This record gives sequence, structure tokens and C-alpha cells, in this order.
Amino acid sequence: MKCVSTIALALGALLFAAAPLRAQGNSDCLACHGDAGMQDASGHSVSVDGHKFDASIHGPLQCKDCHTAIKEYPHPEQKAPVKCETCHADEAAGLVGSVHADGKDHPCTSCHGDAHSIFPKSDPKSAVYPLNVPRTCGQCHGTEGMAKKHGLASVYPLYIDSIHGFALSKEGLLVAANCQTCHGSHHILSHTDPKSATYKVNIPATCGKCHAGIATDYEQGVHGKAIAAGHLDAPVCSDCHNAHAILQPTEAVFRSQSTPICGNCHKEKFSTYRDTFHSQLGSLGGYVETARCWDCHGAHEILPASDPRSPINKANLVKTCGRCHTGANESFVQYQPHANAHNRKLNPALYYIGLFMNLLLVSVLTFFVIHTILWLIRQRLEQVKRKSTEGGKHA
Amino acid sequence: MPDPEQTVAAGGANGAGNGAGPQRFFTRFTAAQRYMHGVLFSSFLGLAATGLPMRFSQSFWARKFASAVGGFGAIIFFHKLCALVLTVAFLIHLKDIFTRGIVNREKGIFWGPNSMVANWKDVKDLVGHMRWFVGLGKRPTFGRYAYWEKFDYWAVFWGMIIIGFSGYAMWFAPFFARFLPGWALNAVLVVHSEEGLLAILFIFSIHFVNTHLRPDTFPMDMVVFTGVESEAEFKHKRPEEYDKLVKEGKLESRVGPAPATWWINFARVIGFTAILIGLTLLVLTLSAYFS
Repeated sequence: MKCVSTIALALGALLFAAAPLRAQGNSDCLACHGDAGMQDASGHSVSVDGHKFDASIHGPLQCKDCHTAIKEYPHPEQKAPVKCETCHADEAAGLVGSVHADGKDHPCTSCHGDAHSIFPKSDPKSAVYPLNVPRTCGQCHGTEGMAKKHGLASVYPLYIDSIHGFALSKEGLLVAANCQTCHGSHHILSHTDPKSATYKVNIPATCGKCHAGIATDYEQGVHGKAIAAGHLDAPVCSDCHNAHAILQPTEAVFRSQSTPICGNCHKEKFSTYRDTFHSQLGSLGGYVETARCWDCHGAHEILPASDPRSPINKANLVKTCGRCHTGANESFVQYQPHANAHNRKLNPALYYIGLFMNLLLVSVLTFFVIHTILWLIRQRLEQVKRKSTEGGKHA
Repeated sequence: MPDPEQTVAAGGANGAGNGAGPQRFFTRFTAAQRYMHGVLFSSFLGLAATGLPMRFSQSFWARKFASAVGGFGAIIFFHKLCALVLTVAFLIHLKDIFTRGIVNREKGIFWGPNSMVANWKDVKDLVGHMRWFVGLGKRPTFGRYAYWEKFDYWAVFWGMIIIGFSGYAMWFAPFFARFLPGWALNAVLVVHSEEGLLAILFIFSIHFVNTHLRPDTFPMDMVVFTGVESEAEFKHKRPEEYDKLVKEGKLESRVGPAPATWWINFARVIGFTAILIGLTLLVLTLSAYFS
């Protein structure tokens, strides 16, 4: 970009010195190309709106600065495409090796819009103005065709309904994360590339560009430490929050969809949580909330129970449980939020109580089901017998 | 004398008399007892309908139902409301027993043919009844309360104490933790949900069939709504009590008013609604239990 502004500045100075020349040069071209209906031999429009062009960032340039092959009039049909990299060398260098490296499939204009009306990214008219970026990327990344062709998900709808998408489209927040904030602009790499901003290990730093406080918490928690130590099984931001369909974490939808996410790895803990009142009620959703994983364990700075700073450390339980259960005491926090009624060794009292209740249920029902079935059969037989003898009487 | 079983089969409490003379009705339940049964089954249905979605919160119908009524906040609100109603009803019943049995020293509350307390005859009746089922003897002659009715009563009685206590222990967990050990807070959920499940399965299958849906009373025993039953029905179902009243010359004192048609129709609507709700919950419970 530095390069662009230098050129713009230089050309701006030139403007004063050689304005008549410049105007004359472009107006020569526009004498023909200013006609809105002008087409080349293959039927493509070759018309240029002079006013629009003058207002664009390239307005001070002359046609021949980009269309270098054309030197005289009449000129031959232009074959060679305009080379943007002549001026925009840094950007062109960034594109090399990126997912959009193929210039044929991804010409600069696919993101920056019509070559003759390009605006700086700080201009709301620009296709790459922060508020316009998702729509621009969505031209390709919001269609099923794209998904099929490259095996990529159609992410635009996911993003636009996310908390970032809402902040951008509804609130018009320039600081809301748009595609480019996380993926970069020219040097976009696949998330499988270790150098990519969206490579698993790099995601905490990428999100941390804005969410610095959370990133610091995360780094100190078990998941952050595991990722830093190279354990790629540990979750990063996007594993719990999603990459594109990110929801407001206090929302009921997010709260209820996220316990199973922890359960993906913490299977046994999730199964025992499911047996508790917290989970039974939590599964039903609604306007009252019960404890979910992170309400007790913390969300980002998750620490093992042995750590004195952990909310589930013995010394902190009264305070942690007391956040919901006013009046929680030492005896109250002996409650086991992950008790396993099927494990005789770990929870003997619970195991035997459960066994007794089940035996009671099964024996009472078995006895009475047999009792009732026999009774029904017998009574029906009596009824039939009675009716047939009555029939005999009246015959 | 008309065959008693014939009258029963012809129409139960609502049946027109088919013998000579006007149909006579005898009181079995007082108005207070009938209202108590009404409060009991309405609050029980409410507790079951709101308790089952919590017990089987992973099943699709539990979530559908919960979101339809406003989430578990609404569900637990109604669950607690019904629990309070049932608790009050239970306390009124205890007070009634206390007044009649201890204060007024009414005879036959804690012992004897009219008592709810089980006795040796109930054991003999149970064995005799089962022998009759398989054709090994005569049908026993039942008194005022047969053994399966006493079982229903005590199942509900102890059920309310156990389910009620464990329920309140969860509702006011920090308070109960002052005198209960920590593991008990885990145990109360197991006890509450298993005992509740037993009550639901028992009432919606065994009680419904034994009391209402079996051939002698099909489709519904109206006595718990009208309070009275016909003479034929009385004689057939509880010959021992009937004979005793005749012998003591007290039969006339038990004659009650004939039930009004509108009341019977109203009670039928209420009763069938209750049975329908119960059977629906039974099907949902079984489907969730075995899936």
C-alpha cells in the first residue's frame, strides 16, 4: 500500500504540472471508450465511465499507465491483460503461494471490483471496505457451487448470522472481525498450512489480536498449555466457539449446544454429568440456567482441581457452588456433580441405593403385572360364562 | 333377587335398576374423600407430566414439550406448584387421621374391617384371589377395602413421604446439607426419580387396570366421583361389608343420594381425560425407558 500512496502522491504533484496533458491524453481515449455501448470484437464491453474513473483512486493515472501495450491511435485489439503488480508489487508477492495464487481464477478485480472504479479500502464505496468484505468474499464463499468445486463449506451464511456478522451488518462496527481480520487479505493460506493464521496452533494468537484478555487466560489454562506443548488434540477457540457461526456465549442456544462439545473429548465426565439434575434440566433449555461445564471449571483459564487457583479446588468449592446455590456450606459441596451410580467402588452408597430402588421397581411391577393379567383373564372368562348361561335361560 | 353380576355388567353406578322397586345407592366415599382423590390425581398428573421430561430430558418429546411450555423454568415451576398442592393435601389427610383416630378415638381407623391397615385376612385374600385366578378355589369375599386397594393406599402414602422428602431435599439443598451428608444430595435424585418412576408406572398401568379398566368396572369405576354405588355393585364387590351391615341392621344408615346425571357425565369427562393423560405418559415413559 505504501507503494500506491507514493505513486498517488507523485502523480498528484504531476497533476498540477501537467494537467492539460493528462486530461488531453485520457479524453482522447474517452472519445471512443466513453460511449456506454462500446464493445470489442468478442462482444465484451470496453466502455469506461470517465467520471467514475476520475473519482476512483486511479483517477490521476493515465489510461496508458496500465494499458501499456497501447501507444498510438488507432490501436490493435489489446491481448495482454493489465499487470497490477507493476505498481502493486507487495500485494502481488503476497498472493504467491496463497490459496488465491491462480491469477486466472482470481484476478485482482474479483475482490477489488471493476478496474475503472477502485476505491481505497477506507472508502465505503470500496469492495474491500471492512463492512463490504464479507459480501465480497461471499460472492464465491457463499455458494454451494464453490463448496462442491473446492470442498469448502459455504461459510458466508454462517458468518453473517454470527456475533461477528451481526456486529458488522447490524451495528456497522468497523472493528468487528470480517473475513480478512482472521484470514488476511493477499497471503491467505489454507488452515492446514502451519504458517496460516487459521492453522490450529495459530488460532489463539489470531483471535487474541482482538480478544487479548481471553487469549491470556486461555494460555494459562490446561488447553492453552497443551496446545503450546504441541498436543494438537487440545481445543483452541474455534473448537468450542466455531470458526464462522460464532454465537454470543451467554445465549441459551450456545450454552445448550456447547456441553456436548466438551463431551467430545471428556466422554466419561459428560456421561456422568448427564445423570445429574444439572444436565437433566439444562437439556430442556429455557429462561433459567443450570450449571454447565464452564460454570464450574471456568471457560478459558481451566485449571486442574489440584491447582489452588482452580474454582473446583476443594478450598474454592463453597464459593463456586455458592454462586448459584446461596447458602452452600462445606457439607453441601460434598455433592458430586459427576457421581457415577453404576460404579460400586467410587460411589458405594449411591450404587446400593440405586440397586435397591431398581429392585423395588422391578419386583413390585413384575408381581402386579402378573397379578393383573391373571385377574383380567379370569374375570373375562367368568363374564363369558355368565353371558352364555343367561343366553341359555332366555332361549 | 337379581343376579348381582348381571347388574354390574349392565351399567355400574350409572346403570338403571333392573330389579323390582327403585334403585338404591350406598355411600362409599365422603365428599371430602372424593375431593381429596381429585386433588391427588390432578396434582399427580401434573407432577408426572412435568417430572417425566426432566427424568428423560434426552428424549425428543421431553425437549418438544419443554420448549412448548417455556423451557425447564416453566416445567420446574409447575412441578413445585403441584408438589406444594400435594403436600398440603397429604398434611390435611394426616390431620384428618389424627383427629379421627387419636383425638376423637374413632374405632376402626387403625384396626379392623374398615381400617386401611393390612391384616391377616388380606394375606389370605391375596392367596385366595390368586388361587381363584388359576381356578384352584372360590373367589374370596372382600371387605370394605380389599388388599390391592390397601396396597394402592400405602404405596401412595409411603411414596409421598419418600418422593416428597427427596424432592424438598433437592429444592432446598443448601438447607438440607446442614444435617445431611454430601453424598445424600446425590442419592436423593436417584431415590426421587426411581420412586417417582415406580409411582407413575404403577398408577398408570396397575391402578388404572385394577380399579377402572378391568371387566367388572370397565371403563371406569365411578364411585370415586359420585361417592355412591348401586346395591348390586356393593354386594358383588364387597360382600363381607354388605353382609355385616345387614346383620347389624345398619344398611339403611349407608343409603346415599342417587348421583345426578350431569355430575356423572362431568366426572366421566374428567376421569377419561385423566386416564388418557396417564396412558399417554405411560407410553412416552416406556418408549424413553427402552430406547
